[in-house]
Amino acid sequence: MTAVEETVPAPAPEERPIGFGRLKRKEDPRFVRGKGHYVDDVQLPGMLHGAVLRSPYAHARILSIDTTAAQAHPKVKAVITGATLEGLGLAWMPTLSMDTQAVLATDKVRFQGQEVAFVVAEDHYAARDAVELIDVEYEPLPPVIDARRALDPDTPVIRDDQEGRTDNHIFDWEAGDKAATDAVFAGADVVVSQEMLYPRVHPAPLETCGCVAWMEPIDGKLTLWCTTQAPHAHRTLYALVAGLPEHKIRVIAADIGGGFGNKVGIYPGYVCAVVGSIVTGKPVKWVEDRSENLMSTSFARDYHMRGEIAATADGRILAVRVKVLADHGAFNSTAQPTKYPAGFFHIFTGSYDLEAAHCEVTGVYTNKAPGGVAYACSFRVTEAVYLIERMVDCLAAELGADPAELRMKNLIRPEQFPYQNKTGWEYDSGDYPTCLRKAMDIAGYEELRREQAEKRARGELMGIGLSFFTETVGAGPRKHMDILGLGMADGCELRVHPTGKAVVRISVQTQGQGHETTFAQIIAEELGIPPEDVDVVHGDTDQTPFGLGTYGSRSTPVSGAAAAVVARKVRDKARIIAGAMLEVSPEDLEWEKGRWFVKGDPGMGKTIQEIALAAHGSLELPEGVEGHLEATTVYNPPNLTYPFGAYICVVDVDPGTGVVKVRRFIAVDDCGTRINPMIIEGQVHGGLADGVGMALMELISFDEDGNCLSGSFMDYLLPSALEVPAWELGHTVTPSPHHPIGAKGIGESATVGSPPAVVNAVLDAIGVRHADMPLTPGRVWQAMHGGVEAPQ
Amino acid sequence: MRVTITVNGEERVGEVEARHLLVRFLRDDLGLTGTHWGCDTSNCGTCVVLLDGEPVKSCTVLAAMASGHAVRTVEGLEGAAGLDPVQQGFIEEHGLQCGFCTPGMMLTARALLDKNPDPSEQEIREAISGQLCRCTGYLNIVRAVRWAAEHPAVGAVDANVTAGSTP
Repeated sequence: MTAVEETVPAPAPEERPIGFGRLKRKEDPRFVRGKGHYVDDVQLPGMLHGAVLRSPYAHARILSIDTTAAQAHPKVKAVITGATLEGLGLAWMPTLSMDTQAVLATDKVRFQGQEVAFVVAEDHYAARDAVELIDVEYEPLPPVIDARRALDPDTPVIRDDQEGRTDNHIFDWEAGDKAATDAVFAGADVVVSQEMLYPRVHPAPLETCGCVAWMEPIDGKLTLWCTTQAPHAHRTLYALVAGLPEHKIRVIAADIGGGFGNKVGIYPGYVCAVVGSIVTGKPVKWVEDRSENLMSTSFARDYHMRGEIAATADGRILAVRVKVLADHGAFNSTAQPTKYPAGFFHIFTGSYDLEAAHCEVTGVYTNKAPGGVAYACSFRVTEAVYLIERMVDCLAAELGADPAELRMKNLIRPEQFPYQNKTGWEYDSGDYPTCLRKAMDIAGYEELRREQAEKRARGELMGIGLSFFTETVGAGPRKHMDILGLGMADGCELRVHPTGKAVVRISVQTQGQGHETTFAQIIAEELGIPPEDVDVVHGDTDQTPFGLGTYGSRSTPVSGAAAAVVARKVRDKARIIAGAMLEVSPEDLEWEKGRWFVKGDPGMGKTIQEIALAAHGSLELPEGVEGHLEATTVYNPPNLTYPFGAYICVVDVDPGTGVVKVRRFIAVDDCGTRINPMIIEGQVHGGLADGVGMALMELISFDEDGNCLSGSFMDYLLPSALEVPAWELGHTVTPSPHHPIGAKGIGESATVGSPPAVVNAVLDAIGVRHADMPLTPGRVWQAMHGGVEAPQ
Repeated sequence: MRVTITVNGEERVGEVEARHLLVRFLRDDLGLTGTHWGCDTSNCGTCVVLLDGEPVKSCTVLAAMASGHAVRTVEGLEGAAGLDPVQQGFIEEHGLQCGFCTPGMMLTARALLDKNPDPSEQEIREAISGQLCRCTGYLNIVRAVRWAAEHPAVGAVDANVTAGSTP
């Protein structure tokens, strides 16, 4: 094939693996035929359509809402306002951070795009037309847009709905040992500090958020087809919020057109559609448009960070301290484990062996859309990795050290695992130096540096950027981690039918990760049942066990572990049944993939399929052993898992225009045991494109009045095939010691790890210590010219 | 108003509002939900269909504008002999994850290969550059199209639905 090459060559065609290995996806035949089942594909008889009226102001008092004209529209069936919802006790809903959020505004609007009214009509066009007929009288109030001004004494109070509130402060949180860290800094040879902003970005899945709500008037059962990454958590929340009995709620998330954290939360539109269905007695579909998605649903990042790094004169990193101002928007709706208001940001010590570390995070309200934890961020590990990997490059610049050598010198050594970092994490396993060396070898690092020197001599700007990241994923141990009181453990059920075919029911929710394939492979690996004989059921709360869903790369670390455990339970039961079949003690049997056989007599054995049939037959079973072949489990992870990787980015910068061309990107990932390398590579590819996008293009910005300037794909720029290179991948394998199959999760590694590599490369090219993302041509030009604005 | 559109080789007639978009006509009126919708501003390309063999963004084409023309959607890619090589290529090379951009990507690829049976990596990237994918980072889409170029005999392409304009 032409110039499309990866460093790791594609393997020769091989037999379909019974277990782990490259396996084409079971999902694909329906997708390539256009037969996916996305929410907007749902058509029900008599279905109505909803549309949301949104606030044009960032901050304003609502004086009146007149819905007369909208209600008079011949195709309109209902107009719902905050007043309607107040009557039902639904005007406000709890957020995933124990705050409240307006479903439809009653007193004030607090960000541009906030939900004000909801129209239900016979068709999509009529609903949109009628939204335009609603007359809202606003009294504009001064908005709080700059988070750095949010705590100033004269700043307007955004959340005056909360009794006694006098400011915009949400929380202060810290991790690490402040005194110990300050002491190390006081004695260090070198201290480098740097302000940086991880700007507000948006996950922007190509499918926007939406739902179809159908409240059966007779039996009172609510079925909600919804773009949700966490169907079970949503069901429980609807029960808690709306007072609906939980057994009368069914959440279905069939196929989801990308999530990336955007589809974790419950949005007002979903609640309005449910109310719309209750009010009209008909199914109601609501699907937001792209502007609504970008302007109102969960954004990501918006962390103003000040990092400091202390080191010896010869480049031994001693300590890191960080102060963060976190912009959470108008409602604190970030999705993260309750104990961690800054997510897992405190893994900012990264991959380095430090003597001390400390961080302080302050969260504030602003008149912007709520959110903050999204976009494949692993609960803010993105921000943490960006901070430390930028700081290491700043230190390298200060010391005149090579960034690769400086990293190599400070990486946690393999013999230090399990490694206790200074902010409370226990890293499970890793071989960091081997991983970095491998990336440098694939890149031809030393040769690249020589090429760079030659080009510099000719006035050409070439940059080489590195990052080495450690993730913490798979939330999480129940005693430490819950969301709104729901422990982060996940269930799994496995049933082997009489003919040896199986169905596994999982609690997590694929958004393109290929769960129907990889979970079948886990069962296949453990039981020897071919993956094509294993049906994976997901995305329907009536059909699957409880669990908290897919985000924070938790599917494989938590639910994948549950699948392995449940398969082992079935295998143990199969052993007893095989013993009865062979008239030997189960202890005398040995397992090989797919069958139990008599130790020392391999010819004497029973396949899992034979055992399944016998389990459902008339075979006399030992006392206390029930028939059939099935098991259930709930997996409570003992620790998180710690995927890691070394990334190298090579860029060329046009000195005249500041345009950055990403020429090469080398990614060596270690996610422990690899279930399906094809899918892993796909996950990495997608995350790398995210990183290039965030580093160079993506920004949700506002003007001083709080108008969102990034409300369409004409303004919120995402990378196309022309902005990204042919990725070059490698991998190492360091299994997790505490995960049943040693797997660590891969879904977010590349999104977390790649942005600093790109930024470091650009800054390396132009010889500037720091500039904030996105490094658009204008910003690069400005950075190259000492802050002078680029000519228009 | 009345529109008559040849969709995947079959004449389809509809009574539509003048503002009715082609993407909604295909999805809501004909039930061809393989054509997706993602932005309304012609930026994302999940709604790409072939109009007289050319890729167009059906979110910015009125159904009325397509009247009298031939439209091909993802549902019309598979022929009597099986999947189009492009469809098979996307499976072989893991060119899709969530599947949302896939129909549009495949139709653009089909149009490219009809004109240029042996495109380079750069030509493929340029051809799909008006469309977004948030999952794959594009490399496997490029490989999928190359796979299709290298396996033109797989499946069957029905000339009737790829042909140019109808009267």
